[in-house]
Amino acid sequence: MSTALHNLVNQPYKHGFVTDIETEAVAKGLSEAVIRLISEKKEEPEWLLEFRLEAYRHWLTMEDPGWANVSHPPIDFQDIIYFAQPKPKKQLNSLDDVDPELRRTFEKLGVPLHEQKLMTGVAVDVIFDSVSVTTTYKAKLAEIGIIFCSFSEAVREHPELVKQYLGSVVPTGDNFYAALNSAVFTDGSFCYIPKGTKCPMDLSTYFRINTEGSGQFERTLIIAEEGSSVCYLEGCTAPQFDTNQLHAAVVELVALDNADIKYSTVQNWYAGDENGKGGIYNFVTKRGLCKGVNSKISWTQVETGSAITWKYPSCVLLGDNSTGEFYSVALTNHLQQADTGTKMIHIGKNTRSKIIAKGISAGRSNNSYRGLVKVGSRATGARNYSQCDSMLIGDRCVANTFPTIDVQNTTATIEHEASTSKIGEDQMFFFAQRGIGSEEAISMIINGFCKDVFVHLPMEFAVEATKLLGLKLEGSVG
Amino acid sequence: MINKASKVLLEVKNLKAEVGGVEILKGVDLTVRAGEVHAIMGINGSGKSTFSKVLAGHPDYTVTGGQASFEGQDLFSLEPEQRARAGIFLAFQYPVEIPGVSNSALLRLAYNTLQTERGLEELDPLEFDDLIQEKIKVVEMDPSFLGRSVNEGFSGGEKKRNEILQMAVLAPKLAILDETDSGLDIDALRIVAKGVNSLLSSDNAVVMVTHYQRLLNYIVPDYVHVMDGGRIVRTGGKELALELEARGYDWLRAAA
Repeated sequence: MSTALHNLVNQPYKHGFVTDIETEAVAKGLSEAVIRLISEKKEEPEWLLEFRLEAYRHWLTMEDPGWANVSHPPIDFQDIIYFAQPKPKKQLNSLDDVDPELRRTFEKLGVPLHEQKLMTGVAVDVIFDSVSVTTTYKAKLAEIGIIFCSFSEAVREHPELVKQYLGSVVPTGDNFYAALNSAVFTDGSFCYIPKGTKCPMDLSTYFRINTEGSGQFERTLIIAEEGSSVCYLEGCTAPQFDTNQLHAAVVELVALDNADIKYSTVQNWYAGDENGKGGIYNFVTKRGLCKGVNSKISWTQVETGSAITWKYPSCVLLGDNSTGEFYSVALTNHLQQADTGTKMIHIGKNTRSKIIAKGISAGRSNNSYRGLVKVGSRATGARNYSQCDSMLIGDRCVANTFPTIDVQNTTATIEHEASTSKIGEDQMFFFAQRGIGSEEAISMIINGFCKDVFVHLPMEFAVEATKLLGLKLEGSVG
Repeated sequence: MINKASKVLLEVKNLKAEVGGVEILKGVDLTVRAGEVHAIMGINGSGKSTFSKVLAGHPDYTVTGGQASFEGQDLFSLEPEQRARAGIFLAFQYPVEIPGVSNSALLRLAYNTLQTERGLEELDPLEFDDLIQEKIKVVEMDPSFLGRSVNEGFSGGEKKRNEILQMAVLAPKLAILDETDSGLDIDALRIVAKGVNSLLSSDNAVVMVTHYQRLLNYIVPDYVHVMDGGRIVRTGGKELALELEARGYDWLRAAA
């Protein structure tokens, strides 16, 4: 690998700083007592504690799944801090009350907390370690009936909605990490779009893990009532620690009749150093339920960070004529591992789904696409189109594709396309010989490779994603 | 066309280079003036392709001795992309495929990079399209090739024509054609040669690396150099190529 290519892929992580802020943490370890303590600290209702305990008891009977194409030493679940929060100085009433140190952190990360400075028209919920720090634009959204707040606040203010939908898409015992999350989740975002309302601005959550040794277990629940629509963005970063941190989130989306949810993620958790030391284990369950007729859920993800990424944002297409989409770019470098993809479960009639997955592997990384397209026996007229493309940069990385197709209805139409390409020294020399420098060449290749996905990102996210991928790849080709 | 008064573009003196610790070039001398067409011939492994890659700055090759200058500037102090921007163009023997990057996007970026280098205005996509529509006529290429990914799914002949299209757009001062004729059928060869001929002027020069005399029927060289064992062992006019064709390379070796 030439120096130019090497430098290009190996840009240092820019969000690796730690904020010096007093945090209040529950001692390491997991037990019923810890769960009761979390629930108590959050002044939760009895039913939610029961939800947690049921999940915990289920989790105890489960085993860490071994089927993903990733490897890591066993996780010691007793060595994780399950609850950490910035020590509140007083009740937060306005943005001015946010700890200045915390505010500086988010300014460094480019998250706009100041509504008056907010030119982009994005409402932001910020999750720092375990708790939601602030939600901007809340009042303005409330005027048209949109609820956008931290999960804790939703439990306090809108318990009936939370109770109705929590766990309705991802049941507590769905899988090992979803069960763990259900037991110990601390905060997250909640969003409710009332009937017939088009959310006038993009809603955004920004996640940050700060405390060393803490896990992050957030819960996101988005409900789009009949005929409503919302576009939701999620960004993530973490400081640079030598130890691995666990991030096990659950995201549930519910779209009722004619509703439309678009969920976009740019994941830039700390990936560990070039020798694979440290980094986030990102074990996330994301699932959307197209409950109503003509409903639509669209996932777009750009996965660049994490030591290990293990997630399959999925769509359950229950309503007739509902649509599920998955657009993904997963980039791995150094010793990163990613096993990511989607599941499209066709249950209703004339349901359709589309999967565009792009994997980019560099360094000695391992990048797998894993997907399931399932058409149930009653899903007459179901259609799926899948396209899985892999790009290898250099000659020490690995790309895998594990597509599963399970069709139980003869009227279904399923298409699957796949390709593998390789970028090496010869391509980079070709660009150089045409006068194009390595950074521009990489960005051109990446943009070309990912354009089918990038067009589905909101504008500012697309720009960020392009830059991010360029940075992550700096020095890896040539 | 030979004109001893015209400007020296490339001057190579006693150039030595190795790849993977093996010396391939063992002292190459060559002077190329504006307006000239040179052919470098020789058997496989004689160092012809290495010579062209070393001039373009391929990272696999290490220069171990000698000098090379381009318009008076030390060539080896320039990165590959700087050499390209200075006006050196290499038409590749094996053009690479670039999935996802369209031919027109690549050409426009390369063209605009050069424009910037020369202190000229960049062209927007519409203006560039006017330019490119003219240029593709040079190589008789269907406009649909512009929207396709660079060389992806192209036949061998199409790839070579695509190289000449890039040459036409970038209008280099010195074009090095590395076995551009290999693998071409006679029609493609004629199109490629016609394209190259139409780009020749008194301000630029072409160095063709080739095995065969065949190409030289279409692009007539002012000089023919024979390379053997990493050196240019013989230089003559176009008749030297005919003699080689008739008598083979062994004849030269025996003579030496």
